[in-house]
Amino acid sequence: MIPELGHFALILALLLSTSQSAFSFGGAARGNAAWMAAGRSAVVGQFVFVAVAFGALAWSFVQQDFSVLYVASNSHSELPVFFRVAAVWGAHEGSLLLWSLCLAGWTLAVTAASGSLDAPFRSRVLGFLGLISIGFQLFMLATSNPFTRLMPAAAEGRDLNPLLQDFALVVHPPILYLGYVGFSVAFAFACATLLEGRLDAAWARWTRPWTLAAWLFLTIGIALGSWWAYYELGWGGWWFWDAVENASFMPWLAGTALIHSLAVTEKRGLFKSWTLLLAVSAFSLSLLGTFLVRSGVLISVHAFATDPERGIYILGFLTVVIGGALLMYAWRAPRLKSEAGFEATSRESFMLFNNALLVTALSLILLGTLYPLFMDALELGKVSVGPPYFNLVFLVPMLPLLVLLGIGMHAAWKRGLLGTMRTRLFAVAGASIGASVIIGAAAYGEVRPMTTIGFALAVWVMLSSLLVPFARLRGRQPLPAAVLGMVVAHFGIGLTTLGITGVQSFKVEKDFALGIGDGATIAGYEFKFAALRDVRGPNYVGVEADVVVSRGGEAVTVLKPQKRLYNSGGNALSEAGIEVGAARDLFAALGDDLGQGRWSFRLQYKPLIRFIWLGAILVAFGGLLAALDRRYRQRVTARLDERAASVA
Amino acid sequence: MKIAWRFLLPAVAFTILIGFFVVGLQRDPGAIPSPFIGKPAPEFFLESLGDPAWKVGTEDFAGRPWVLNVWATWCVGCREEHAALLSIARENRVPIMGLNWRDDRALALGWLEQLGNPYVSVAYDPEGGTAIDWGVYGAPETFLIDAEGRVIKKHIGPLTVETWQREFLPLLPSTGKRQ
Repeated sequence: MIPELGHFALILALLLSTSQSAFSFGGAARGNAAWMAAGRSAVVGQFVFVAVAFGALAWSFVQQDFSVLYVASNSHSELPVFFRVAAVWGAHEGSLLLWSLCLAGWTLAVTAASGSLDAPFRSRVLGFLGLISIGFQLFMLATSNPFTRLMPAAAEGRDLNPLLQDFALVVHPPILYLGYVGFSVAFAFACATLLEGRLDAAWARWTRPWTLAAWLFLTIGIALGSWWAYYELGWGGWWFWDAVENASFMPWLAGTALIHSLAVTEKRGLFKSWTLLLAVSAFSLSLLGTFLVRSGVLISVHAFATDPERGIYILGFLTVVIGGALLMYAWRAPRLKSEAGFEATSRESFMLFNNALLVTALSLILLGTLYPLFMDALELGKVSVGPPYFNLVFLVPMLPLLVLLGIGMHAAWKRGLLGTMRTRLFAVAGASIGASVIIGAAAYGEVRPMTTIGFALAVWVMLSSLLVPFARLRGRQPLPAAVLGMVVAHFGIGLTTLGITGVQSFKVEKDFALGIGDGATIAGYEFKFAALRDVRGPNYVGVEADVVVSRGGEAVTVLKPQKRLYNSGGNALSEAGIEVGAARDLFAALGDDLGQGRWSFRLQYKPLIRFIWLGAILVAFGGLLAALDRRYRQRVTARLDERAASVA
Repeated sequence: MKIAWRFLLPAVAFTILIGFFVVGLQRDPGAIPSPFIGKPAPEFFLESLGDPAWKVGTEDFAGRPWVLNVWATWCVGCREEHAALLSIARENRVPIMGLNWRDDRALALGWLEQLGNPYVSVAYDPEGGTAIDWGVYGAPETFLIDAEGRVIKKHIGPLTVETWQREFLPLLPSTGKRQ
């Protein structure tokens, strides 16, 4: 009964999204206030019914209702209740429901916070968000219904993929989706603007906090995915340039470009059509990622169930949504003129470089991700594009980006730079290079070119960021949250750079076959395989090793890597034992039983790896600070109409 | 009205992309047509991974069955299948040749030193040209070549000992069955 209620709620939600769109667009076109109000009520109703559907599916999981196909495929009677709830988004159908719930939530938030916008514009935004909801809910009901019954019911479920039975993977999809879907707000704002054919500074100020919010969720989501891959997949890598990872990284790059270009549009009224295009692109890339992941046109190490029928549906949806937005862009964007000029060393030009470099990196990653598809479609053979390509094409735009970032933060709007800052920046640059050589030589006993460049850029970005509050406080200028957010986020980028440089330059990964009592030494740490015992979890059995780590005779830690076999069958899963440290991680993964009491071990020394994720957290926190800046919460009293740019 | 063509560019690029997706959907990237099954194996003659002066190639195995395994250090599935390759190599039924694909020589040698070396020889193919001749679209892939030099089996993705026993071993002559 509960699943049928969920199914019914989903159908009602689809009807309400349809009315949301119809009344909002209709009301805006005819200036009918009652219709526009009906559109807003539909938003609330849609959210309620999507939430009911989501609750019904979660309830079916908690109750272990194996007569629901989706529950039987993704749960197991021994699965702990925490993971049963998380299993709701453990596969395709439930992920879509979560996606839809996120979208309904964002739409509700926009409706609640947009009272001060002028009514037709507000309604058009809700109309476009409604169109996206319709697409996803129709997709679910037509091809991917999570409430489909299984008759007769299964006696036992097939279990949630053991790789997903993990805290990071429980929280990773909802946060990532909040980011993906959050870009729909900027997208709907852009579409409504294009439809009306006018754009003013208030538009950019309105879009900025929403974009920042979506972007900070996406940042955390990507960092969580990387962290999970590091400790759970068992081989200690933190980024693989897999198609699914790229699918989340490309919207992030577009979103990063967008938050910078929005700043220019707000402050100076420049880059208008470009900003709109980025707003369309960020969400389009989120949808494109969904298509790539779900349709099976690309091969990925992430095993999603793929289905060509679903692929065709998503492709049709993409064509309508993105194609429609881009056609509106081609029609309206030429009328949006930017009159003001700026000098070569003004902040505007640094923002321009920022956008150019980010979009270059984005395009090359997109090209690499789709290249196998292009080659196959052109009958030029099956090819695979690996990390050697991606590392190169990402590094080349990123190095100048980091250099310019440190200068651009201090440049003034409109006028050339930098005045008194110039001397300070030279000092910071010198200090960075010196610090980099010292870190390399003192901490790791080696000075290598790429390592030195990496450390120098990291220190440069961090010090240069800190210079902003320093200079402001000395000059007795205010330090608003938006500026502080920028400083924190850029400092975080520096930290991440530091971590990436450290781990890529000085990591040690070695495999050993060890019997009890045997030891191995990597990077000055002695790892000793001291004991092996059986362990039993709620739904798995396994073995756990004690690996005693010491350095120069002094005990450091005991690592406890496990090898688990889940009761529902399938492959054995390795749980790495990790000693976390600011300077380095020590990592032991238990491999196979080699017989005669010997086991294979993968031992790793990962210097500075924590800074990769710590930096990402700071980046997200900086986004949060900026999104919460007071001026976004002041009522937008008068839209500064630019009649020159409007449709006469 | 003058049409501003450059604003149409995103829409045009997107249309082309959709065209590729439509074609891509008709195809299954996992199911590779194996034009080589039953056909003569494409010949190659490449630098050995361990010693650039030494050349290895298909003719090293003329007259006997052998296995070609395509791998790279950046390939996650290759790490997964490595233990299986080692145990297959220990059986000593058939020589395994490695094709190190689009990789870095130093990294690849380090990998073999760390994880063990199941290969009798490894050909070094940094540009991927030979891999294209063999229709390789992603590592790891494993081919079985019979004594007459024909490809008789191709496996895509990480090889397991079970797959080896079920799908490869019956094709080898000493088990008495040939297809």
